[in-house]
Amino acid sequence: MVQIYADNAATTAVNPKVLEKMLPYYTEVYGNPSSLYRIGAKAKQAVENARESIAKNLGAAFPNEIYFTSGGSESDNWAIKGVCRALKSKGKKHIITSKFEHHAVLHTCQALEKEGFEVTYLDVYENGIVKPEDVEKAIREDTAIVTIMYANNEIGTIQPIAEIGKICRAKGVIFHTDAVQAVGNVKIDVQQQNIDLLSLTAHKIHGPKGCGALYIRRGIRFDNIIDGGAQERGKRAGTENVAGIVGLAEALQIAVDTMDERIPRLTKMRNRLIDGLLQIERSRLNGDRESRLAGNVNMCFEGIEGESLLLSLDNAGVSSSSGSACTSGSLDPSHVLLSIGLPHEIAHGSMRLSFSDENTEEDIDYILEIVPKIVDRLRAMSPLWERIKADEAANKN
Amino acid sequence: MAYSEKVMDHFANPRNVGEIPDASGIGEVGNSKCGDIMKMYIKVEGNVIVDCKFKTFGCGAAIATSSMATELIKGKTIDDALKLTNKAVMEALDGLPPVKVHCSVLAEQAIKAALSDYYRKSGIDPEPIVGRIEECDHEHGCSCESC
Repeated sequence: MVQIYADNAATTAVNPKVLEKMLPYYTEVYGNPSSLYRIGAKAKQAVENARESIAKNLGAAFPNEIYFTSGGSESDNWAIKGVCRALKSKGKKHIITSKFEHHAVLHTCQALEKEGFEVTYLDVYENGIVKPEDVEKAIREDTAIVTIMYANNEIGTIQPIAEIGKICRAKGVIFHTDAVQAVGNVKIDVQQQNIDLLSLTAHKIHGPKGCGALYIRRGIRFDNIIDGGAQERGKRAGTENVAGIVGLAEALQIAVDTMDERIPRLTKMRNRLIDGLLQIERSRLNGDRESRLAGNVNMCFEGIEGESLLLSLDNAGVSSSSGSACTSGSLDPSHVLLSIGLPHEIAHGSMRLSFSDENTEEDIDYILEIVPKIVDRLRAMSPLWERIKADEAANKN
Repeated sequence: MAYSEKVMDHFANPRNVGEIPDASGIGEVGNSKCGDIMKMYIKVEGNVIVDCKFKTFGCGAAIATSSMATELIKGKTIDDALKLTNKAVMEALDGLPPVKVHCSVLAEQAIKAALSDYYRKSGIDPEPIVGRIEECDHEHGCSCESC
């Protein structure tokens, strides 16, 4: 049976080369990096080499601007809570973010609202892109942080990060970006782009789950959120996930090394898939077509519901995801699809396919063959589709 | 969340999909804003439901519960159909994840809505027999007991 994994924005398979680098740190070099004996010191060296490599690949000025965490959610929580709590005593109590951030950012902002912070949620418009001028207008005297994601996890739209960074730097406001989806897929240079804090995670780039990092530019004041031992220069306690850290650095190195070959190839595949799927009646692409991650396709098909589409794709051997209410466990479809102005009934019928280096043109051929059939089948049993077609006929007359 | 094999079977191979052109009763429940609509058609001869078909816009559980509900009332008397509960639909499907119990309620309501329509067409007030069918309202949330 065909098996196509097309949910790489959710997580990715660990690259065997990455795993190979990690394995010795479980069974041979298992020492605690805080210990002085040889296998401890060797583990410590591995962590520091990883830090240096990641700093280089992000364009950071110093390796010690990289702090290891348990992943994207922790990095986002730490960046925003850490900066806001440190600046609260200085009278800063305002946060600027966008309506379609990942929940790790949105729910963190909501938690800070309870601590007395005010949050401005910027519009992302129909194309799913924040306007830098909106950021500029929203900045106030008491703004503590601007946090705008680098690329959206559902619709893949890439934000004008360098422009936002420039505005924030000029206004003296700290700028954080959740780059979990962008790292390894977009060229990032934290210094050139005036990024003060950046979240990343290993498992979106063929690294292991449970390991991420936060870049914090030197000179930024921030509070700890995990207190304990003196790891990460006293900023983030907890024995280092040495194998995970080694895996993160290796995964990022491979992603950066292969980017120039991979991005044009995936972009071509993605565009062919989008064009093919747009042939389906009453279908639409969600989010800007150009400023978009190379591996992201997010479409809506009117008259059908996303979970039944996802299950049908799974039955045909394709792993995908959907922003329908049924997959979110509430009555509302994804906040991302609503933020770009989709009505509920259309947002319920969404499908996200996300590709990585492991996908091929044959995968696209197969998906283009099965999706129209699945959509037809679900529409044939949909009373909503029946109504849409009846309205269409009535409007013609 | 995982579906039982029976749910997946009724989702992948739904029974009784379609319409009945000369239906004795048609019932529609749910709304597109909430993400599920079920439309049931019944054909009554004497006091027996000789045919039952459905069309559903919704998730896997919505399609599977619709399919199972039609199976459970087809060939049964109206009295039996009136006794159909969402619990019976769920049990026949070997259970549903908690967040999907709503779909089985919708299936029960869809059958009741079709029966109400049948009574109305026969000049009989359905409410004393079938009861009131609460409408799903997106703004105030679903009215079904499980939500």
